[in-house]
Amino acid sequence: MSTRHTIAILVNDQPGVLQRVSGLFGRRGFNIESITVGTSEEPGLSRMVIVTKGDDHTLEQIEKQLYKIIDVIKVVDIGSSPMVARELGLIKVGADPAARPEILGIVDTFRAAVVDISPNSLIVQVVGDTDKIDAMIELLKPYGIRELSRTGVTAMARGSAR
Amino acid sequence: MVANSATLKSKEQLIEKWGKQEVISGSEMLLRSLLLEGVDCVFGYPGGAVLYIYDAMYGFEDFNHLLTRHEQGAIHAADGYARSTGKVGVCIATSGPGATNLVTGIATAYMDSVPLVVITGNVATTLIGTDAFQEADIVGITMPITKHSYLVRKAEDLPRIIHEAFHIANSGRKGPVLIDIPKDVSNEKALFKPHTEVKLRGYNPTVQPNKQQVDKMLRAIEQAERPVLLIGGGAVYSGAHEEVLAFAEKTGIPVTTTLLGLGAFPSGHELHMGFPGMHGTWTANMAIQESDLLVNIGARFDDRVTGKLNGFAPNAKIVHVDIDPAEIGKNVPTDIPIVGDVKAVLQQAIAGAKYASKADAWRALIAERKAAKPFAYKDSDEELKPQWVVSMIHETTHGDAIVTTDVGQHQMWAAQYYPFNKPRSWVTSGGLGTMGFGFPSAIGAQMGNPDRTVVSINGDGGMQMCSQELAICAINNIPVKVAILNNQVLGMVRQWQELIYDNRYSHIDLAGSPDFVKLAEAYGVKAFRATNKDEARSAWEAALAHDGPAVVEFVVRKGENVYPMVTQGSTIDQMLMGDDE
Repeated sequence: MSTRHTIAILVNDQPGVLQRVSGLFGRRGFNIESITVGTSEEPGLSRMVIVTKGDDHTLEQIEKQLYKIIDVIKVVDIGSSPMVARELGLIKVGADPAARPEILGIVDTFRAAVVDISPNSLIVQVVGDTDKIDAMIELLKPYGIRELSRTGVTAMARGSAR
Repeated sequence: MVANSATLKSKEQLIEKWGKQEVISGSEMLLRSLLLEGVDCVFGYPGGAVLYIYDAMYGFEDFNHLLTRHEQGAIHAADGYARSTGKVGVCIATSGPGATNLVTGIATAYMDSVPLVVITGNVATTLIGTDAFQEADIVGITMPITKHSYLVRKAEDLPRIIHEAFHIANSGRKGPVLIDIPKDVSNEKALFKPHTEVKLRGYNPTVQPNKQQVDKMLRAIEQAERPVLLIGGGAVYSGAHEEVLAFAEKTGIPVTTTLLGLGAFPSGHELHMGFPGMHGTWTANMAIQESDLLVNIGARFDDRVTGKLNGFAPNAKIVHVDIDPAEIGKNVPTDIPIVGDVKAVLQQAIAGAKYASKADAWRALIAERKAAKPFAYKDSDEELKPQWVVSMIHETTHGDAIVTTDVGQHQMWAAQYYPFNKPRSWVTSGGLGTMGFGFPSAIGAQMGNPDRTVVSINGDGGMQMCSQELAICAINNIPVKVAILNNQVLGMVRQWQELIYDNRYSHIDLAGSPDFVKLAEAYGVKAFRATNKDEARSAWEAALAHDGPAVVEFVVRKGENVYPMVTQGSTIDQMLMGDDE
């Protein structure tokens, strides 16, 4: 059964390492729903978080193939244990003065923030899991979304779980 | 053998001479580091971006470099050297077109897990990314076909990178490693410190297997009534041929060796069933299909072996031993996975192994089948049959040659009619199926094995993909014996067109091929042509007796097909048996 998986990959911070990882997904026919990269707790190492869809066999192959990359140090299927997954979205939405109170109401409810105001638009910043950002976008659509940028998911297992 | 080859020094002598710490150029660091890795022969082709490296070779008497006529020749030669010796093959090419000409050879080595260190030059670091003259992102281009790669940024990193590259190439699941050296880095001077340690946090191949899993396999063997051992290239690469023999004999399990596994088990042994798959033996394929336990040791369940996956070994419990965990369960679901080096696994397994006593009837059945349906063809005294030629080559070399092949019908006939009893005697492109591989890989095999007879069996198609390397055989007196089975067509393509594409022979006629005898002679290589059995035998014997390279063109029957054959989409027990059926 095809389900969504969240995988964290600790890699050597070498030029080309993102290409090695993403290239592997591409050529082996694995899917990438989102990919984020940033520094990790250890200098010289980066952490990538990849959200992918596939059955258990595919997930197993993804992990094993990733381990074949010399610059990959650790692969963790963080989705298999309780985790915190967050994504950041920036949404530039059309906002005539008349519509602003309604938009601000939505922003409040989602505990999002308005980070820029111009005469005809607002930039809304929203942080949360993928579903929350999807929902926020849905609600703002009627006002006219001018521009949308999402970071993709970064995630971490809760507490002492791995 | 090679005119300018240096007297090889011992490792200690090399360390004493070249292991000194001093300020030298990146190029010299490269050459010294290669010598310290024990490299005794490098194949290459110079060009702008590697001129500092080639300049450093000038007068470097310990460094043995062979100039090929094409980069593809260089890398296939390095590959043949590696496969036949077990050492790392090394080649050098310049940036841009030099580097891209290596791509086929890198992919060939990657698919068959052959350890290579591939050194390419690149434009100066200041020019990288500017689309400079002869610039190509070779690291990016080869990422999917290398085990690892490096773009060197500083000369001081070279000793470490070279040492790591050799370690990565020749450990775990072996494979090609690329080192791309920008021109300014090869000229940069820095303090040379030989590197002897490897610290790679993300790289720790599992060599020793899990004991419980090995015990599970042994219990499964005790219970099996129809067990089969499937031995792959991994058994050759880990040097486990003695363990394979001991394990097979102790358990009494019939053995099939894959194309790359040929030589890992003696062909004449009563337990040996030949190779499985598309053109394998009827006995091996039927045994796999009827088995209740299939123990795969160092093979990767390639589709040429399995045929239609859904229906492969339908009743068998599957044991899979592989050093690469990603191979286990990739194609065939595995009941007992064992990650580890084949030699280490078998050493552990042999101690506790018992005779598969429930398999007596099975062994008898297999012996009966082997006798009933060996590889067979209809011989002819009017036309030369390629199968006969291969058998004659086997007979005249006493089965003791290193045989390299190209890809196609002749490759399958060589596998069928040249039985191998020793590992590292069979050099063939199994995974990628690379035409042009056969002849240059023989040159590498001969360089690595100066005292053995090296025979290269080719078709007339593949021979024309790298025939220019006749030059380096001639000038270096590399005594490779080249057999060309000339049927004037692309034989395997013709066979598929006949059997699957309704005799629509689209673009397979190789009319316009050179006179191979004249071609060889033009390079200064002794050559013969044979059109019947008498000529064939005497020409071949003369070639073998000749003290130097020789080419024999065998004009063979055009329409001959390779049988048995499993067509695509069939299970491996659905075999076309050919004319005799």
